[in-house]
Amino acid sequence: MQSEQSHSKAGILFTSPYLIHLVVFFLYPVGFSLYLVFHRWDLMTDPEYVGLRNFTYLMSDHLFWQALTNTLYFLVIHIPLQIIVALALAIVLAKPLKGRVFFRATFFLPVVISGAAVTILWQRLYSTEVGLINYVLSLVGIDAVPWLTDPGIAMPAIAIMATWKNLGLYVVFFLAGILAIPQTVYEAAKMEGASSWHEFRYITLPLLKPTMFLVVVMSTLGGFNLFIEPYVMTGGGPLGSTMSVVLYMYKQAFSFQHMGYAATLGFALALIIMVCVFIQKKYLDSERYY
Amino acid sequence: MSVRRLILYVMLTAGAVSFIYPFLWMGSISLRPMTEFQDLGLFSKNFTLANYQAVFDRIPIGRAFMNSCLIAGTVTCSVIFFSSLVGYSLAKLKFKGQGAIMAIVMISMMIPGQLTLIPLYQLIVYFGWADSYLGLIVPSLMSGMGILIFRQTFMTIPYELMEAARMEGAGEFQILRKIFWPLAKPAIVTIGILTFMGSWNEVLWPMIVVHEKAMMTLPQMVVLFTKGGESGGQFGVEMAANMMLVVPIIISYSFFQKYFVEALASSGIKG
Repeated sequence: MQSEQSHSKAGILFTSPYLIHLVVFFLYPVGFSLYLVFHRWDLMTDPEYVGLRNFTYLMSDHLFWQALTNTLYFLVIHIPLQIIVALALAIVLAKPLKGRVFFRATFFLPVVISGAAVTILWQRLYSTEVGLINYVLSLVGIDAVPWLTDPGIAMPAIAIMATWKNLGLYVVFFLAGILAIPQTVYEAAKMEGASSWHEFRYITLPLLKPTMFLVVVMSTLGGFNLFIEPYVMTGGGPLGSTMSVVLYMYKQAFSFQHMGYAATLGFALALIIMVCVFIQKKYLDSERYY
Repeated sequence: MSVRRLILYVMLTAGAVSFIYPFLWMGSISLRPMTEFQDLGLFSKNFTLANYQAVFDRIPIGRAFMNSCLIAGTVTCSVIFFSSLVGYSLAKLKFKGQGAIMAIVMISMMIPGQLTLIPLYQLIVYFGWADSYLGLIVPSLMSGMGILIFRQTFMTIPYELMEAARMEGAGEFQILRKIFWPLAKPAIVTIGILTFMGSWNEVLWPMIVVHEKAMMTLPQMVVLFTKGGESGGQFGVEMAANMMLVVPIIISYSFFQKYFVEALASSGIKG
């Protein structure tokens, strides 16, 4: 074996660029964010210590709570929609169908495309008078939907677009999960006279729990990261109905120069995300750890 | 049974059309005169490149394209190089502080980026890196996910190969370069695709640190173009700009479809 010493030398040499980068661009910003949340700062003058005032303002800031509620509204639509459609497609594509590689590749296409590009395209598709989506709906007799101009519909519209954008990725996750289930389990169930619904309900679904966890966590993170979608499509409107927390943070920081408060928003959002993921882990991920 | 199968195919095809048609329509609209913006079909007698000409006339989109290539390219090379160094150290070397480094990689990945966004911006301003390549590139030079993928891949490579090379007097870096990199090609491709795509598609960070047109990235410039009024609200011109953002990715995707799917699938399992 090589001596411990030469291992140490190589180890230190190989990891030090990463560690230096980590200290400057991760640990320092984390520390600085803890400083900022207790200060008021407009970038021009010196930061002013304000104690807990950023937090008390946050608690009573109805725009923050609205942004948070908007995000929850997004997640409540996006997550179930995503799971149902992706799971259904994965079950179909797990069968030995002709052309399944083509279908998989097609559903995956928007995954690789920039969210900005998808949003710019969908803004046109959602156009009330001349949009493709309302045209297709009119073919089946549905009246024009004011997708991006009705406060009650704008957020669901963004959730539908996000589902379209990410669907292919989750189909691939579910597909991998389904194909990993040993065929013998299904054969045993058939011997017992299980119907296909029973097979799905008592074999496929429980065994897909780790995949389900992954999909829920990733969709949740996506929801809390919403930024360019409302920025391009609605600017957070109508009536603040699509304002996301990140967009609100961006506006506080760069439209109003409220750096301390923006950092507080980032701090609160990070905390909320970690609590959400922790809760999801506790309830969904009982047996496996990624 | 065959009726069921037919219904399945009809539904799958309808689904596939709803994924492809919007892109085709975007391409078609980008090639048609302004007067046809209401047409939802794909064909026209009046195809023209005028919209593309208008984009090039109004914004420095070629420059933005080069900026995006430069930034994503640099970030990708750096992430592959440095992540493989750290991944190798964690997987194959034994030294003090190794456990601590592993722990800090995990922690850095668990903490949401929103926490550091504002302080990181201030750091960039403090360094004088706003409106510069440094501000766009340096914060993303390293990746915890890259480290984890390399570590996992390198752990499966047997020690015997290393011992043989060491007998011949090879140093650790030579072992990494001559033995580990060639054996870890799939991991390199995966990290390369994930990093390049992530960097290419990123808009929030460029929108924060860059305000000068000459330094903007492609997605940022296209967003500004459609939002900021320079497109004049003309569908065709907007879609032409958007096409320039989408087409390079669609072309690479159609050639390396399998690698894209594998890379993104593994991102979920590791992240």
